[in-house]
Amino acid sequence: MSTIKLETPLTFDKIKDLKSGDQVLLSGVIYTARDAAHKRFIEALDKGEKMPFDVKNQVIYYVGPTPTKPGFAFGSGGPTTSYRMDAYTPRLIEEGLIGMIGKGKRSDTVKEALKGRAVYFAAVGGAAALIGNCVKKAEIIAYEDLQSEAVRRLEVENLPIIVVNDIHGNDLYIQGPQEYLKEKE
Amino acid sequence: MRTINYQDVVEQVKGACIRMTCDLPHDVQAMIEKKASEEDGKLAKEMLNIIIENANIARNEQRPMCQDTGMVVCFASIGQDVHIEGGLLTDAINEGVAQGYTEGYLRKSVVNNPLDRVNTLNNTPAIIHYDIVEGDKLTLVLAAKGFGSENMSQLKMFPPAAGIEGAKEFILKVVKEAGPNPCPPLVIGVGLGGDFEMVAKLAKQAAIRNLDYVNPNEKLLALEKELEEEINKMGIGPQGFGGKTFVLKVNIEMFATHIAGLPVAVNINCHAARHIKVVL
Repeated sequence: MSTIKLETPLTFDKIKDLKSGDQVLLSGVIYTARDAAHKRFIEALDKGEKMPFDVKNQVIYYVGPTPTKPGFAFGSGGPTTSYRMDAYTPRLIEEGLIGMIGKGKRSDTVKEALKGRAVYFAAVGGAAALIGNCVKKAEIIAYEDLQSEAVRRLEVENLPIIVVNDIHGNDLYIQGPQEYLKEKE
Repeated sequence: MRTINYQDVVEQVKGACIRMTCDLPHDVQAMIEKKASEEDGKLAKEMLNIIIENANIARNEQRPMCQDTGMVVCFASIGQDVHIEGGLLTDAINEGVAQGYTEGYLRKSVVNNPLDRVNTLNNTPAIIHYDIVEGDKLTLVLAAKGFGSENMSQLKMFPPAAGIEGAKEFILKVVKEAGPNPCPPLVIGVGLGGDFEMVAKLAKQAAIRNLDYVNPNEKLLALEKELEEEINKMGIGPQGFGGKTFVLKVNIEMFATHIAGLPVAVNINCHAARHIKVVL
């Protein structure tokens, strides 16, 4: 299986041909946020304020890393479970968010919001040391009081991710097991 | 009467917290390697290989294999001929956790209560279960339990008429519903019997049990194998992308129960099934 190399910021052109099940190596700047930060994003938008970064064509990685050990650029940082962000995601897609990296199933509302507009990727859950080594630079840009949940700007190199929900309505969590079972018949 | 010093407990717990979060236990890694060699799913084999590579990186660089370094669960078996000197045993365990999580650069994932949600900044308190046993040793079985898998766990109080078929159906339903969320391949801990809180504790003990342990109860051993087969037949696979390795193992623990009940608990553990045993 071939691996697709992608650079952020993403554009519609870069994501339109991605298919669920595709393996991607992602490089460039991405932003971290978990549920606590998402709640603040929405509160800010509701008040007519700006988010800590312009979300248009950006990728959010759902991660709360371990503290960075001396001599490393980043701690261990695998994906957290994505459904906790479901309540906030459609609004961010409206604002131009184009990619999310996490693990686990999304709600039907999120899947609907992704169609034609944004891609949901999975990173390998629990592969936190390996993923941590793909982060070359990290800085907290907002909500430092949230500790591991603060918003960070990461520069990543060849971060291995898999397309789960593409813009065409496919879902690897449904089709992957179905296709595997079909092959076994 | 044998005396164990408070500070020795602190040191042992501190070291154990760092080791268990950075060194995947050998029984778990051996099982993942065995499953990787048997896996035939398209993405599945690669996922298992990435998980193995990650465990090796974590061990070599002494950094956590998973960023969710969990809430610490401790099963303490206290020999009745042991005396702890210099302070409370509970304080010693918590101080060891605090030092380990701070000095080991582990994530502090504990908040003071579910309403105020203020981080305690040192990953305490640990969840500690005490048991009094024979002898003059203190045995601590520690686990770093992540919440991606904890959140997918469930408990149900069945009437006896539901029988083992009812219990099996429930276990399969819980695991299927969890799907890709708790980072498969999983370890499934099942508790059968006891009462409401006992069955949850049994499930936790099963979820953190050594994977090379062979259940001495033949009926349970057969049930573990049957459930493992049934679950893996779902085709969900590692990470939920399709494959035959959805679970590494099903472990069952059982206890006496009431004439009117059949409690069943399913505690899910991820592939980073971190557990360690310390004997003082």
